[in-house]
Amino acid sequence: MIWDLHCHLSGVDGKTPEERMGQLIAIADRMGIERLCVYMGMPWSLDPSPETLRKENDQVLQAIGKFPKRTFGFVYLNPKHIEASLAELDRCVARGPMVGVKLWVAQHCSVPELDPIIKRAAELKAVIFQHTWFNATGNKPGESTPLDIVELARRHPTVPLICGHTGGDWELGIRAIRGQKNLYADLAGSEPVAGYTEMAVRELGAERVSYGSDAGGRSFSSQLAKVFGANIPESAKKLILGENLKRLMMPILKAKGIKA
Amino acid sequence: MNQPNAVAASFRLGGPTTALARLNRREFIAATAAVAVASSITTDAAETKSPALIDTNVSLSRWPFRRCPLDDTPSLVAKLRGHNVTQAWAGTFDALLHKDLSSANARLADECRRHGKGILVPIGALNPTLPNWEEDLRRCAEQHKMPGVRLHPNFHGYKLDDPLFERALVAATERRLLVQISLGEEDDRTQSALAKAPSADAAPLAAILKQFPKARVQVLNAFRTLRGKPVLDLAAVGARFEIATLEIVAGVGELLKQIPPDRLCFGSHAPFYYFESAKLKLQESDLTPAQLAALSHDNARKLLTV
Repeated sequence: MIWDLHCHLSGVDGKTPEERMGQLIAIADRMGIERLCVYMGMPWSLDPSPETLRKENDQVLQAIGKFPKRTFGFVYLNPKHIEASLAELDRCVARGPMVGVKLWVAQHCSVPELDPIIKRAAELKAVIFQHTWFNATGNKPGESTPLDIVELARRHPTVPLICGHTGGDWELGIRAIRGQKNLYADLAGSEPVAGYTEMAVRELGAERVSYGSDAGGRSFSSQLAKVFGANIPESAKKLILGENLKRLMMPILKAKGIKA
Repeated sequence: MNQPNAVAASFRLGGPTTALARLNRREFIAATAAVAVASSITTDAAETKSPALIDTNVSLSRWPFRRCPLDDTPSLVAKLRGHNVTQAWAGTFDALLHKDLSSANARLADECRRHGKGILVPIGALNPTLPNWEEDLRRCAEQHKMPGVRLHPNFHGYKLDDPLFERALVAATERRLLVQISLGEEDDRTQSALAKAPSADAAPLAAILKQFPKARVQVLNAFRTLRGKPVLDLAAVGARFEIATLEIVAGVGELLKQIPPDRLCFGSHAPFYYFESAKLKLQESDLTPAQLAALSHDNARKLLTV
């Protein structure tokens, strides 16, 4: 079972979100990927206004609406617009089909403004995904590092949070999050550098590591290789490729009556 | 989201897949089956059934900034053989920071002889900023019988419009050697603060190659930074590439819609990258048997034997 934690509607052909989703699924089929989590629309916005949030989330709703058995939608939120974000969370998750939250680079995730979003998402049992990077060439103004998500996770110790990209520079990212047990590592969206997954499993345990691709801008291959090529037990590969994500998602899937 | 590679927009043309291509894909998946079914996640079983591969981009010795899982030659060779790699063109990580390239190349040649007979082909390092680099070139060609040399302009601190590069290219070409130019080994965003080596700018290369049509040049690790028209320009003047850093979904197939079919070779950038990344890319794109054969081995074989 392979579930992909991290996909977008970019990097593939198609005039509509549905067409792009269809293309992505067709390629995922070649790699044996059963389910794709998708978030953010087209084009991307670093610091989206409430209107842009709604537009991008509508595109994702369109995309997943056509492929409900293959896709999961995460709602894109911006902590700079708390009321609008909470409204989107209710529209897309509480009353809609989405099952997760995506937070990107508009605001560092360590700030307390995020707390209402985390609280409400936790009430809804939504999976929470926060982008992070330790970028040696410089982070974007609001871009979080894994140290930011550690702060957030300490304030919400019972809420599982996914550390997107594991900080990109994974040797730093894994170290940063290893002591905070409610943080999970996303393998997606960096180069397939050998040793990444071995270190993640060694330091975090296989139960805290999830495969994701960052497709379509990344290839499924380069990201799957982080798991297939790693010198770790087969049981760990199964956890990373899908079982961990399924376990994180089961509460909300059950609550929504979604079979998986 | 974090996708520095924008090859997507410039290479993706779309269009229908042919029935032939679909059939070939099925055949290929049946042959490789590394991840073809979700219930089967073991790669080992199918490895020996995969097509014969010539890997044009591997390195021996140790990456200077961490231990790579396969950075001892016997382990790397075992991995390559397990995936039906019949030949691998090996440079050396020692070349990145060492000044004594003469000994680095001698060790590379010896390591290939002792551990990689029949599979590892040594590609010596050449640094044209070093005094008397011409002697390194001579030893690569005459003493070690290497069929090519590998340049690392980013680590060695010169640009491709530097006259030193042109002199090295001409000298290697006079000796009928393949010239591999690695634009960069690592994502700029994850480099050590003490040793930043931003990817080399390939912009001047097409014009230079136009002046020297007999030069045989392969650009390694190109697609992290090289995209769009510069790739097409380089392909038009005969440059070859390999797929290690090629991203976007189904990127190989998309790129082959844009450049002549003989320009792209298989390359893994192992052991820095997981070898499986390059191999799975052959499955991710809907390739015809001719494309697959060209990419897997034919293009590389021709490049080395011209």
